[in-house]
Amino acid sequence: MTTTVPEQIKRLDVTFKIARFIPETDDAPHYEEYSVQALPTDRVLTVLQQIKDEIDGTLTFRRSCAHGICGSDAIRINGRNRLACKTLIKDLNIKKPVVVEAIKGLPLEKDLVVDMEPFFQAYRDVMPFLITDGHEPTRERLQSAEDRARFDDTTKCILCACCTTSCPVFWSDGQYFGPQAIVGAHRFIFDSRDSGTDLRLDILNSQEGVWRCRTTFNCTDACPRGIEVTKAIQEVKRALMFRRD
Amino acid sequence: MSAPALNVPKTARSGGRTNYEMWSWIFMRVSGIVLVFLVLGHLVIMNILDGGVQRINFAFVAGRWSSPFWQVWDLLQLWLAMIHGANGLRTIINDYSERDQTRFWLKAALLTATVFTIALGTLVIFTFDPTIS
Repeated sequence: MTTTVPEQIKRLDVTFKIARFIPETDDAPHYEEYSVQALPTDRVLTVLQQIKDEIDGTLTFRRSCAHGICGSDAIRINGRNRLACKTLIKDLNIKKPVVVEAIKGLPLEKDLVVDMEPFFQAYRDVMPFLITDGHEPTRERLQSAEDRARFDDTTKCILCACCTTSCPVFWSDGQYFGPQAIVGAHRFIFDSRDSGTDLRLDILNSQEGVWRCRTTFNCTDACPRGIEVTKAIQEVKRALMFRRD
Repeated sequence: MSAPALNVPKTARSGGRTNYEMWSWIFMRVSGIVLVFLVLGHLVIMNILDGGVQRINFAFVAGRWSSPFWQVWDLLQLWLAMIHGANGLRTIINDYSERDQTRFWLKAALLTATVFTIALGTLVIFTFDPTIS
């Protein structure tokens, strides 16, 4: 594919230092450097694809929509969890090699691909679906704009795992539910139409629940959707402290 | 690849709802705030006021502990600091030790040291006899 580049936009020399891991031959990940030419407006994902297409076809990473919605391409870029498709080359310091690694805390499968199953299991455990009691209404379950706004922030989650795999508590204790599962629970706990609040609060009150949070704010920094993750966790803590038994 | 089967969701352990982790979390915040005043006050009195650390001797300690105010201050400081510290270490053990056995022995050692220190300190504060020397 050729693109016409306006004269004033120069291609830049960019070096990516990628943590490669091939489970059949490697015991541990090792770094390899790849130098390519990229536009300042290129995304990290574009450059990864370019490396895969032009230099080394064995480079493995996840991608799907490439527009920051599917949540497939969460990786660690210069030590920070980001979506490869939402990080532009111009926002990185390219005087040094750009370090690209798989997200931490989940089992590494190959190169930049991790096993997401423990992460999804924690999400399933908080029951991320509407729980109601009483009779099925004959009309739509209505909700005021204010009630809807109460949990608006946590509806934005795309399950990319940027937050959970940036959490130092999750790194050392894989049993911790992690920020994402708490965000997923928050979305229903504060939904006026839902009646499973007590169930979810009980689950998050356990030893591996919200009280493990050390308020590090890594999750809020990592979230590509701008969700105030730490705030959501604190709101769940507050709900637990002030709930009526 | 088929969709993973939905497990039965985790529920709070049977035997009713326990708020142990919540109370331990709240205790850390409250004891932390109280300790800021107790410990800073203690440090100022012991190290800065009236000639500081140079004046501390048996008589100084005996004089302080003849007053219930300082007995309560020191007792509170001892208990809060020990439980606060032990609870923090408990969290760290939960974070970093993976095997159940390691956890058990580390927590056993922590509990022994904590109980011993608290008991010894409490005993001294209440049974201190200024006439021995």
